[in-house]
Amino acid sequence: MLSAAETFFGFIGRNAIRLFKGIHDASLLINNTFYWAFLSPLKGKPIRVKATIYEMVKVGYNSVPIVSVIALFVGIILALQSAYQLKRVGAMIYVANLVGVSLTRELAPILTAIIVAGRSGSSFAAEIGSMKSAEEIDALVTMGINPIRFLVVPKLIAMMVMLPALTMIADFIGILGGFLLSVTELQLNPYNYIQQTMNALVIKDIVTGLIKALAFGIVITIVGAYQGFKVEGGAEEVGRRTTASVVTSIFLVIVFDLFFTMLFYFFA
Amino acid sequence: METAIEIKNLVTHYGDVKVLKDVSFSIPKGKTTVILGGSGSGKSTLLKHLIGLLKPTTGQILMNGGDIAVMNEQEFNEVRKRIGVLFQGAALLNSLTVADNVALPMREHTQLEESTMQVMIRMKLDLVGLSGFENYYPSQLSGGMKKRAGIARAMALDPAFLFFDEPSAGLDPITAAGLDELILKLRQAFKMTFIVVTHEMPSVFKIADYVVMLDRGDAVFAGTLDELRASDNERIRMFLERRSEKEVYSPEDYFRIIAGD
Repeated sequence: MLSAAETFFGFIGRNAIRLFKGIHDASLLINNTFYWAFLSPLKGKPIRVKATIYEMVKVGYNSVPIVSVIALFVGIILALQSAYQLKRVGAMIYVANLVGVSLTRELAPILTAIIVAGRSGSSFAAEIGSMKSAEEIDALVTMGINPIRFLVVPKLIAMMVMLPALTMIADFIGILGGFLLSVTELQLNPYNYIQQTMNALVIKDIVTGLIKALAFGIVITIVGAYQGFKVEGGAEEVGRRTTASVVTSIFLVIVFDLFFTMLFYFFA
Repeated sequence: METAIEIKNLVTHYGDVKVLKDVSFSIPKGKTTVILGGSGSGKSTLLKHLIGLLKPTTGQILMNGGDIAVMNEQEFNEVRKRIGVLFQGAALLNSLTVADNVALPMREHTQLEESTMQVMIRMKLDLVGLSGFENYYPSQLSGGMKKRAGIARAMALDPAFLFFDEPSAGLDPITAAGLDELILKLRQAFKMTFIVVTHEMPSVFKIADYVVMLDRGDAVFAGTLDELRASDNERIRMFLERRSEKEVYSPEDYFRIIAGD
């Protein structure tokens, strides 16, 4: 019979081993992905351009409608919510500042990342996971084709380009949403609203948002690929890993958001 | 008899379970060698070692003039160009057409012109009886056709070794027989070494030149078909005569069988 102490330390030990193995596997994946994406092209093993463009269409272009609609609504919501408070102090024109700054610095990158994590992060995990269970990954390896170069790198490049691009679209459409509500419902002067937005926004607001988007893109790709490669069994595990990839990437996106926001707040 | 692959004292573990226990045998060059064994005998594990998907705990696998058990990725990539593998479910990439699947190793490892490649793809598909299916996707093919396309892809770089993982698994007897005939035909047409992992006895008697039998992680037999038929080893007799053994009742018993003690 195991003593309580043995059970307790056994529990800690088993979980610690699992945790370290997870960290080890994830670091290996990150290391290999960046090697095949940025170093090996310099050594004459170029990235797969056609596959990358194909991924860009799937990740970026196909997300434009949903990102636009959500950004538009969030812009309107932001304008309404800030008007609710600003009305009391008679500073309605500051709606423009609030909408512009909170969208570009925070809401556009994070909303886009969450949408893309749900759409593309999950599909990365499902795609790689089902290839793993159908021995397609083994087949690639035996053909001398590195699965990370073949599968993950095009997705990474696509995400690193398309997530900032989608964020810019969300910035623009979100501000447009706030503008539309302000000039109609709030009866602000359109010219003043635009002028106020221009004055409120500095390049730094937009750039910090885009840096965040870039980091989120990397996080979503790595999490999706990690969960995909972890699949050992069949269809059931593909489903489980797909869910895990969405939950983990949304969680990590918010952790990274906190990190970057603090970084920009204290050092920029 | 010239040796193509030599396996010496191969030992491997899954966690704490010893799956292969000191396996040694050699595979003759230019012949069809069948690796035979029941479920849990370690034959799939052995195959994974031969194609470099797993590394053994100890032991040597001498192939192509080097020990692939200790090769690094770069060295082994050179060996990989000389081996072709047909996986159990064919493992074609579902996002690519049949032609692109066959072209994959060529695009990766050669600098052939696109037009030359198209000719080669057609030749390979013709060889396995799939001409005209270039633009089909794997999901549109039947099980047998997928395996044929898998063979075409495995042969894309004209390898010296062709591995088959249970080629008749999941196929009806007619299709399976067709695949056996294809293996025989290819074997006659090319000077390749074929290694087939299977437990289908009819198929073994049809295609094998040389047989290796694994049982519970040991190589219990290596020899020709006639020697196999004449063997008086109890396990081989059971296998050939399709006799059952005592049922495994508990997970502990089953574990003991795969662990081998």
